[in-house]
Amino acid sequence: MENLDQLREELLASVTAADSLDALDAIRVSALGRKGRVTEMMKGLGGLDPEQRREAGQALNAVKTAVADAIDARHGGLADAALDAELAADRIDITLPARPESEGRLHPISQTFDEIIAIFGEMGFSVAEGPDIEDDFHNFTALNIPPEHPARQMHDTFYLPEKPDGERLVLRTHTSPVQIRTMQNNPPPLRIIAPGRTYRCDSDMTHTPMFHQVEGLIVDETTHMGHLKGCLIEFCRAYFEIDDVPVRFRPSYFPFTEPSAEVDIGCSRKGGELKIGAGDDWLEILGCGMVHPKVLAACGVDPDKYQGFAFGMGIERIAMLKYGIPDLRTFFDADMRWLRHYGFVPLEVPTLLRGLTP
Amino acid sequence: MRFTLGWLKDHLETDAPLNEITDRLTSLGLELETLHDRAAGYESFVVGEVVACEQHPDADRLRVCIVDTGSAQTQVVCGAPNARAGMKGVFAPSGTHIPGTGLDLKEAKIRGVDSSGMLCSEREMGLSDDHDGIIDLPADAPVGESYVSYMGLDDPVIEIALTPDRADCAGVHGIARDLSATELGTLKTWPYEEVPGSFESPIVWERDLGDEGKACPMVVGRAFKGVKNGPSPQWLQDRLRAIGLRPISALVDITNYVTFDLCRPLHVFDMDKLSGNRLTMRFAKDGEEIQALDGRSYRLDDTMTVIGDANGPQAIGGVMGGEVTGCTEETTDVFLESALFDTVRTAATGRKLGIESDARYRFERGVDPASALWGAEVAAKLILDLCGGEASALTFAGEVPEPRESILFDPNRVETLGGVAVAAAESRQILEGLGFKTKKQENKIEAEIPSWRFDVECEACLVEEVLRVRGFDNIPAVPLERVTPLSNAVISLPQRRVSFAKKVLAGRGMLEAVTWSFMRDAEAGLFGDIDETLRLANPISADLDVMRPSVLPNLIAAAGRNADRGAGDAALFEVGAAWQNDAPEGQQTVAGGVRAGMSCPRHWSASPRASDAFDAKADALAVLAACGAPVDKAQATADAPGWYHPGRSGALRLGPNVLAWFGEIHPKVLRALGVKGPMAAFEIFLETIPMPKGKAAKARPLLKVSAFQAVNRDFAFVVGQDIPAAKIIGAIRNADKKLVAEISVFDVFTGKSIGEGKKSVALSVTLQPLQATMTDAEIDAVAAKIIANVEKQTGGVLRG
Repeated sequence: MENLDQLREELLASVTAADSLDALDAIRVSALGRKGRVTEMMKGLGGLDPEQRREAGQALNAVKTAVADAIDARHGGLADAALDAELAADRIDITLPARPESEGRLHPISQTFDEIIAIFGEMGFSVAEGPDIEDDFHNFTALNIPPEHPARQMHDTFYLPEKPDGERLVLRTHTSPVQIRTMQNNPPPLRIIAPGRTYRCDSDMTHTPMFHQVEGLIVDETTHMGHLKGCLIEFCRAYFEIDDVPVRFRPSYFPFTEPSAEVDIGCSRKGGELKIGAGDDWLEILGCGMVHPKVLAACGVDPDKYQGFAFGMGIERIAMLKYGIPDLRTFFDADMRWLRHYGFVPLEVPTLLRGLTP
Repeated sequence: MRFTLGWLKDHLETDAPLNEITDRLTSLGLELETLHDRAAGYESFVVGEVVACEQHPDADRLRVCIVDTGSAQTQVVCGAPNARAGMKGVFAPSGTHIPGTGLDLKEAKIRGVDSSGMLCSEREMGLSDDHDGIIDLPADAPVGESYVSYMGLDDPVIEIALTPDRADCAGVHGIARDLSATELGTLKTWPYEEVPGSFESPIVWERDLGDEGKACPMVVGRAFKGVKNGPSPQWLQDRLRAIGLRPISALVDITNYVTFDLCRPLHVFDMDKLSGNRLTMRFAKDGEEIQALDGRSYRLDDTMTVIGDANGPQAIGGVMGGEVTGCTEETTDVFLESALFDTVRTAATGRKLGIESDARYRFERGVDPASALWGAEVAAKLILDLCGGEASALTFAGEVPEPRESILFDPNRVETLGGVAVAAAESRQILEGLGFKTKKQENKIEAEIPSWRFDVECEACLVEEVLRVRGFDNIPAVPLERVTPLSNAVISLPQRRVSFAKKVLAGRGMLEAVTWSFMRDAEAGLFGDIDETLRLANPISADLDVMRPSVLPNLIAAAGRNADRGAGDAALFEVGAAWQNDAPEGQQTVAGGVRAGMSCPRHWSASPRASDAFDAKADALAVLAACGAPVDKAQATADAPGWYHPGRSGALRLGPNVLAWFGEIHPKVLRALGVKGPMAAFEIFLETIPMPKGKAAKARPLLKVSAFQAVNRDFAFVVGQDIPAAKIIGAIRNADKKLVAEISVFDVFTGKSIGEGKKSVALSVTLQPLQATMTDAEIDAVAAKIIANVEKQTGGVLRG
């Protein structure tokens, strides 16, 4: 059996010496393959008597197992090394730019609409709509702006062609006609906001012929001016996301409200930079008031029973103030640099619960 | 409306500091617009007298002056050519900041002579560019008086924004009345007394207005003899200058003063220039002309009220007087007019003629009807005081309109409408303070509307008066009551679909634009016939003269502008209105988008390709799917309208209903819009997406997944060039509706090997058995059915 020990040492030494997977495989074939040395010796056991065969077989098996284990172990090591070598040769430049993807953006007007809806929605206002092309009744007369009223001239109205019966439709000069349509078609109590496009024949640094407004209307039997203040103060604080932004109500005039007010928010202009919040100056942001009894009556709502408030606000203005957009006219340019810079990632709809601004 | 603090104090007895007054104005609704403290920066300047003026020993152009500053005599070296002994000028002591130069004055030695302080030029004072010499004050200027008080600059100018309803505050007295109602001060009754006439007016009034008497319900006049019209006194000139008016002559200045002081516009005629002995309030004859006081000539029409004499119109009623009969320095005999004019007609006249005057501003808002009479008295007093002469008795025509009906006012409305409880007595006191005459009527207050308050017409107006005088700040803010414990849905499904469309398109890498609702008529025609009703009668510019029939043209133009700026790969969308006609139903909500240029920038590992119809189709399908449209049932048909490429565009339909158009824009349209192509686009008609029937169940149908292995088989069919892929897909699906689970087209090929007019379409079909794993024989049988059905329905044969 001495030669078995010798064989074993010899084979194990050659396994250890194998420097590649190919060399190792050659050793495996020459030792354990069909014509390998160990295999051949196994075949030779057939000529021995049972007792001898059993002993020799066990000894030979032990050699076979030891060599096979050594080959497996060596194989693992050599495979790892080979993989390491392969991976070491396979390198990318991770500083190369990733594949391009275009990122879309929502326009600030969409974002602002959604923020406004989120806030007033929590106060129970639902969203109403009306057409951009309006008739005289809805845009003016029903809002207590009779034909000779000077406010008509103030509105710089766009007109469509005169019809054979003398009627001239207009591009709505404000979202207020949606108040009228809502009251005509729905019984009180009502709580609606109406965001949309509005038009005035005016174009300069701070005016565009098309702009956006949001209208608000409550009609019921008890809502009074204190509610108007409460509602709009809450709105200003929520929208500008400044808890202590001062809000001031100032008497003003609109034909369709009585009493009427304009609302200012506090700001500072120190160092030429406009900052919303507590400061020594005021910025006008919206007009409001208690719905004029004549407006209620024009819509078939009994002014002796019902009352409520209405407000109207320029969307671009409050978007510019909140998001620091300097120039109104850029809103409608569709300059992709502007849209990417001032636009919003379409991740989620603004809510008060999750936050208004992404 | 501008006035000075001093002027206000003519009408209001008050010790309140300026900032309290201006804050109160704003809280009354008379919003402070600007406060101009004209004294700021001039506090140290005084009137000085040059008592001696000697040549400088070492400089030809300099003189050494001794200036009496009232408190001392000081030596000043002065270079002004007009410096001379005995003159009075404006002296600035050392240390003064000189506004015109921005420098602080220091004690100096000029060519060896001590100089302390300076005599100032207008430029140094920051008053003008005049630097020819030092200011030469009149000989009676009091030495030592501060420049500010000498020039009347110590009276700050207040400018308020007047809402159109508050005509009564277009006069200082009205403003004082509002302030006094807040108890900030006491209203003074203005010095108005009846001026007796010493002779009958040689001119009489006549009204010739037919049925339209309200154009001028009343006109009052009176004549003056022997007046002397020169410059008005300094105080009057100062006041007018302070509010930006140019003093002209005493007579004219008086009319302007009364206009601003009492909101009572007046006019004075030079009686010698009037023809005949009557003035007629009448409508102009069409085409009549008048030379107005602004020096311009106006052509009148028969809607305009004029004051005519025997020669023709001599004033435009309520708007402006005539030049020919106006007063000059030589005028000695004057006829004063104090009239009432209709607001609407005055506004229309002013607008038509393009005249903005202080009279028009007041008459179109409403002038106190009672003032026609007292205006003639107030003016007479001023004319006699400042110009001398004699006044005639009053002459008038028409009458003061009837006062309006009183309002019955429930004082509880201040709380129920205004949100703040105010005692009835306090409300009454406030109204009285504003000039209402009130009476108690059981639990209500009967309020007689003052003649000057045109804006007050109902109970709500009186609530506003009470609230406004107490200040809106004193209304407690109350939160709105919640209608339901939790918030309800506040937007409708169509509104949500607009939002879905925006989110999907932005999520697909597109930028949302908002473009004009209008566009150029000529270009709109490229997008279908334009309904006549959609052409604006008064467009802001020729570029924007028709309501857009599609959202695409403005987006295409925007993509072109971006390309001009070097950004040729545009992906823009807009969800907005497009118009078919002017009816409310003619306004459609459309999600439109354009993709121009390449799909992505050049990149080391991605290959850009030109955006094409299939990008637009994918956009449209994604939006439709997000909006809940049954996209699996939608058919693509090759019949998009004419602004799309005729061969590379289509519609997505549900039956006859068009959900969307998509494709490449017609090259001619792009050329007409001046934009480089190709460009892919889509228009999705959100309102045509069917609404779910009834209340949609939230639960999903049960998920059925087969336990058996799916099988993929590829087929390539050779079909006629014009056979749509959808037809082959349909034939495959119909071959075995149960087993065919998915079909995808993975190759479309044309070439010589296929044959003229033919194409090869390769499809991968997934068969999903539900009962048992398919055997080869079963698979072969289905494949044979598929091949047979495709052949039957499309004429296609399996490619060998």
